[in-house]
Amino acid sequence: MEVVDYYLYTKEHEWVSIENNVATVGVTDYAQEALGDITFVELPAVDAEVEQFEEFATLESVKAASDIFSPISGKVIEVNTLLESEPGILNKSPYERGWIAKIEISDSDEASNLMTAEEYRKFLESAG
Amino acid sequence: MTAQDTLQRTHLYNEHVALNARMVSFGGWEMPLQYEGILAEYTHTRKAVTVFDTSHMGEFVIEGGCLESGLDRIVSMRIADMPLQSCRYGMMLNEEGGVMDDLIVFREDAEKWFIVVNGATTPKDARHFRGHLKQSHVFKDISSEIGKIDVQGPRSREILAALVPEIKKLSYYTFDRFNLLGETVRISRTGYTGELGYEIYSSADTVIPIWRELLKNAGVKPAGLGARDILRLEAGYSLYGHELDESITPLEAGLQRFVDLTKDFIGKGAFLKQQKEGAQKTLVGIISHDRRSPRQNQKLYGETGEEIGHVTSGTFSPFCQRGIGVGFVQKNHSQHGQKVLFGEGRHQGVMTGKTFYKNDSLKN
Repeated sequence: MEVVDYYLYTKEHEWVSIENNVATVGVTDYAQEALGDITFVELPAVDAEVEQFEEFATLESVKAASDIFSPISGKVIEVNTLLESEPGILNKSPYERGWIAKIEISDSDEASNLMTAEEYRKFLESAG
Repeated sequence: MTAQDTLQRTHLYNEHVALNARMVSFGGWEMPLQYEGILAEYTHTRKAVTVFDTSHMGEFVIEGGCLESGLDRIVSMRIADMPLQSCRYGMMLNEEGGVMDDLIVFREDAEKWFIVVNGATTPKDARHFRGHLKQSHVFKDISSEIGKIDVQGPRSREILAALVPEIKKLSYYTFDRFNLLGETVRISRTGYTGELGYEIYSSADTVIPIWRELLKNAGVKPAGLGARDILRLEAGYSLYGHELDESITPLEAGLQRFVDLTKDFIGKGAFLKQQKEGAQKTLVGIISHDRRSPRQNQKLYGETGEEIGHVTSGTFSPFCQRGIGVGFVQKNHSQHGQKVLFGEGRHQGVMTGKTFYKNDSLKN
């Protein structure tokens, strides 16, 4: 199961990559594998205000629908509209082409509530 | 002991594990959900050919005339006129007219029948048969002795004919006995995918060599329950426990064409009563406005927000490129083309027939 070294992670298997106060957010390789083939992505609205650990997107796979929680608070400034027509990209490239949204961070201290790659790897191992 | 320990395993269990299948609990059995991925397996079935382990299903043998044995009364469809080596789909009903199971009857001989039932219902079905067949006739539940593999897809004839050339003679819903890897097996031209396909009933010992032999061909892939569910939903086939159960009647499920009113059968009185009074609910198809799928147990709402029914099965349909489903709605709200809301009333779809996909090769 791939975990990218310099990203941060949630217990709900979202990842976040922070650069210049902008967080790019997606779901992890573990999440896409567990969900199976993703067939629908409901993206947040651009300009929407999101709260850390609150629902902000929905994924549907051939098996079930799952809520996705924002790893960080802020304003959605861009969404990956490619996922609307090709949701399967989320399975093929969860950490790159399958990103879900970019969020302008409102409180950078919140990053301390997230796991490092090393912590997330241990979390996956302990979750078995 | 965990729940996992109580699940039954088919003779192909180790084959699935070796193929890295993701195993799930299904009707008391530990079955492969997927190998490579549900959509890939779906596509391979529609475009080429896949094999499914369906050994969890039950098989009974009955010897005796259809009327004298009591078999005719147990099943809903006409069987007295079945040609030898033909198959016929139907149901067994309880006295209240509810569907105890859906099944396929094979006529092996004038007075010999082979019956295929659902896996989860096999013990219940066996009790029902034993209770209603007349004592002097032979009933055997041979489920544990039989391994079953479905070969499904447009290339299934070509692939299977390479091992058993004589199967080319089989027309839709017929079967025969053939030599496969040195054993005599039953092969029927039946399936649950909407594609050209065959089902192989072998001994439990031969099912592993047959599985391996089929998969030796690089064009054949294994497919699991996930792909099977999408395939059967697109093709408009009901799944027992979802669209059918003992509280649902053939009229409600839209299966009255598999009920023969010219004969006597268990549940006939209840069927006639409901036919006269009219069923209160009916099974409809739902096609979503977008890629979002209706999901099992979601409530269905009419255009003005009133609750009209619930979803029994739903999935994303690769063929329609939209979410599809089936569900029961109140009879006065079942008009095709009518708008329907699902997913807490937030998502829109339209009511349709139950069949979303049709391929002429199925019957040709």
